[in-house]
Amino acid sequence: MDWVADFWIPLIKAVVVVLVLLLGGAYMTWGERKICARFQVRYGPNRAGPFGILQPLADAVKAIFKEEIVPNHVDKIIYVMAPGISFAAVLITFAVIPFGPEVDLFGQRVGLWVGDIEVGLLFLLAIAALGSYGIVLGGWSSNNKYSLLGALRAAAQMISYELILGISLLAVVLLAGSLNLREIVDFQGTWPLLVLQPLGFLIFLIAILAESNRSPFDLPETENELVSGFMTEYGGIKFALYFIAEYTAMVVNSAIVVTIFLGGWKWPALISDLHPLAGVGLFLAKVLFVLFLYVWIRASIPRVRFDKFMRFSWKFMLPLAFVNLLATAAVVAFL
Amino acid sequence: MPADYLPILFFAVVAVVLSAIAVLMPALFGPKRPTSVKLAPYESGKLPIGPARRRFSIQYYLYAVLFILFDVEIVFLFPWAVVFRDLAPRWLGLAEAAVFVLILLLGLAYVWKKGGLEWE
Amino acid sequence: MTVSQVVFILLSIAALGGALGVVFARNLFRAALALVLSFVGVAGFYVLLEAEFLAMVQILVYVGAIAILIIFAIMLSRRMMSSETQPWNEQWVGAVVVAAALFAALVFILSRVDWPATEAQVPADSISQLGQALVSPDFYVLPFEVASVLLLVALVGAVIIAREQ
Repeated sequence: MDWVADFWIPLIKAVVVVLVLLLGGAYMTWGERKICARFQVRYGPNRAGPFGILQPLADAVKAIFKEEIVPNHVDKIIYVMAPGISFAAVLITFAVIPFGPEVDLFGQRVGLWVGDIEVGLLFLLAIAALGSYGIVLGGWSSNNKYSLLGALRAAAQMISYELILGISLLAVVLLAGSLNLREIVDFQGTWPLLVLQPLGFLIFLIAILAESNRSPFDLPETENELVSGFMTEYGGIKFALYFIAEYTAMVVNSAIVVTIFLGGWKWPALISDLHPLAGVGLFLAKVLFVLFLYVWIRASIPRVRFDKFMRFSWKFMLPLAFVNLLATAAVVAFL
Repeated sequence: MPADYLPILFFAVVAVVLSAIAVLMPALFGPKRPTSVKLAPYESGKLPIGPARRRFSIQYYLYAVLFILFDVEIVFLFPWAVVFRDLAPRWLGLAEAAVFVLILLLGLAYVWKKGGLEWE
Repeated sequence: MTVSQVVFILLSIAALGGALGVVFARNLFRAALALVLSFVGVAGFYVLLEAEFLAMVQILVYVGAIAILIIFAIMLSRRMMSSETQPWNEQWVGAVVVAAALFAALVFILSRVDWPATEAQVPADSISQLGQALVSPDFYVLPFEVASVLLLVALVGAVIIAREQ
C-alpha cells in the first residue's frame, strides 16, 4: 500500500474540503442576511467586525454556550442524532464533486476531487435520499405535533422532487453517456449543458430548491403555521447544526448545479491553456453566482402553499420532466 | 472499483466525526437549569393539547407508494440513458423507452382521474 | 487483514446488527430505523463486490423509498405510533420452528452448491452492458417492458386500497 497516495492525500483532502464547506456554510448565513438586507433596504449584520464579517463566529460561540434543552418525552438518542445526520449527509454529498483538474501540488500528482467513482451521479441521489432521514427523525423524535407535521411534509416534498431531479438527470446522462461526474464535466468542455438542456436546467433548479426545502418552497419550516416545523424543539448547537446544514446544502447544491449544467471548472468556450488552478477559481465564481441566485429568489418570491406545491409536482413537473427526457432522446436519435 | 470508494469513506468518517463532536459539545459547555416549563413541548406558548403523535392523512402514504414505483422506473432507465448514444438503431431504443415510460404515465393518469393527487 | 476484510467485518456488523434490531426493538419506529441500517450495510457489500450500480440502487430504492414508505405506514396507524409494542406473542413456538427449518434448508443448500469462481475482472463498462442487455431484443427487452406493466399494476392496486376506505 502506498501510504502517501492512498492514505495521506485522501485524508488531507477530506479534512480540507470538510473545513472549507463548514466555513462556506457559516459564511452563507452571513451572506444571505447581508444580501437579503440590501434587497429590503436595510444594513444587515454590521456589529461584529467590519461589515459584520465576524457574525458567524459570534453566532457559533453563542450556540455552543447555550443551555442544552432536551424536552420531556423526546426520543433522546434519535433527537440528538438527527441534526448530526442532516449535517453529515450534506457534507458527504460533496465527496463526488470534482472542483478542479489534476494538478501538481508539493511534488505530488493530486486530483482536485475527493472521490472519483463510476456512478457519481447516482451517489448524489442516494445521499440525498439519506439526508431526508435527518429531518424525519428530528420531527418524529421531538414529541411535538408541529414538528411531526413538518417532518411529514418535508418527507413528502423531498421524495416528490427527488423523482423530478432523477428524471431531469436522465436527460443529462443520455447526452453525456456517463454517470461519472468528471466525465460529465469533460463533456462540457466546449459548451455547458445548460445550452443543450435549457428546460432540463429549469426543471432541475426548481427541483433542487424544493428538495433542499429552500424558499420559496420551505414549507416544512413555515414559521406562521408550523413554528419552524421539524426544528421547533431544537435549541442551542443542535438548532445551529440544522441551520448550518441547510446553508451548507445551499453551497453543495450550487456546486452540483455548476458541475452538471454550468460546465464545472471548465471555461465556457474554447480557452483551455490556462493554469489549472484558475479552473478552481472559475468553479468558485460559478458557485457564488448560483448562491446569489438562491438568495435573489428568496428575496423576491413569496412562499407557495403546500397542497398546491404537491399538486404542481405530480401534475405538472413530473410529466414535463418525462417530456423533456423523451424529447431529448428523440433529438439524439434522429439528428 | 471498491478502492475508488476509500477516499469517500475517509471523507464520510471526517464528516461524521465533526457532526458528532458538534452534537455532543454542549454537554461540556453551557448552563444546565431545567425547569418543567422549559422542558414542555412548545405549542405557541400554551399548554399542549392532546397527544403529540397522531395519525396523518392517507395522502402521504399514497405519495410514498407513487414515489417507489417511479423511483424503480428511473433506476431502470439509468443504464438505458448511459448506453443510448451507442445503440445501433437508436430509434428502437427510443421506442422501447417510450413504451416503458408511457405505460407508467398511464398509471399516473389513472391516479389523477381517481383524484389520488388531490389534497383533502 | 486487508482493508477490504476490515470493511467487510464492519459492514457485517451493521447489516446483522440492524437486522437484529428490527426483530428486537420494542418501538416500531426504531425497528424501521434498524432496517435502514441493515439496508445500508448491504449496499456496502455490493460496493465490495464491485457492483457499484446495484449499491446505489439499493440505497435509492430501499433506503430512500421503501423504508420511507414503512415509516409513513407506521405514522398512519394509531396504535403503532408511540406506545411500545411487545415483540413476542403466543405464536413464538411456531415462529421458531419455521425459522429454524428455513435456516436449516438454507445451510443445506448453500453447503451443497458448487459455487463457480472465476478470475475474470468485472468489466469496466458494466453499466453500459446492462443498458445494452435491457434494450436488446436478443436479451431482456421483454422483461424490461413487463416490469413497467408490473409497476402499473402495483400502482393501480395502491390507489384502490388507499382510496376506497
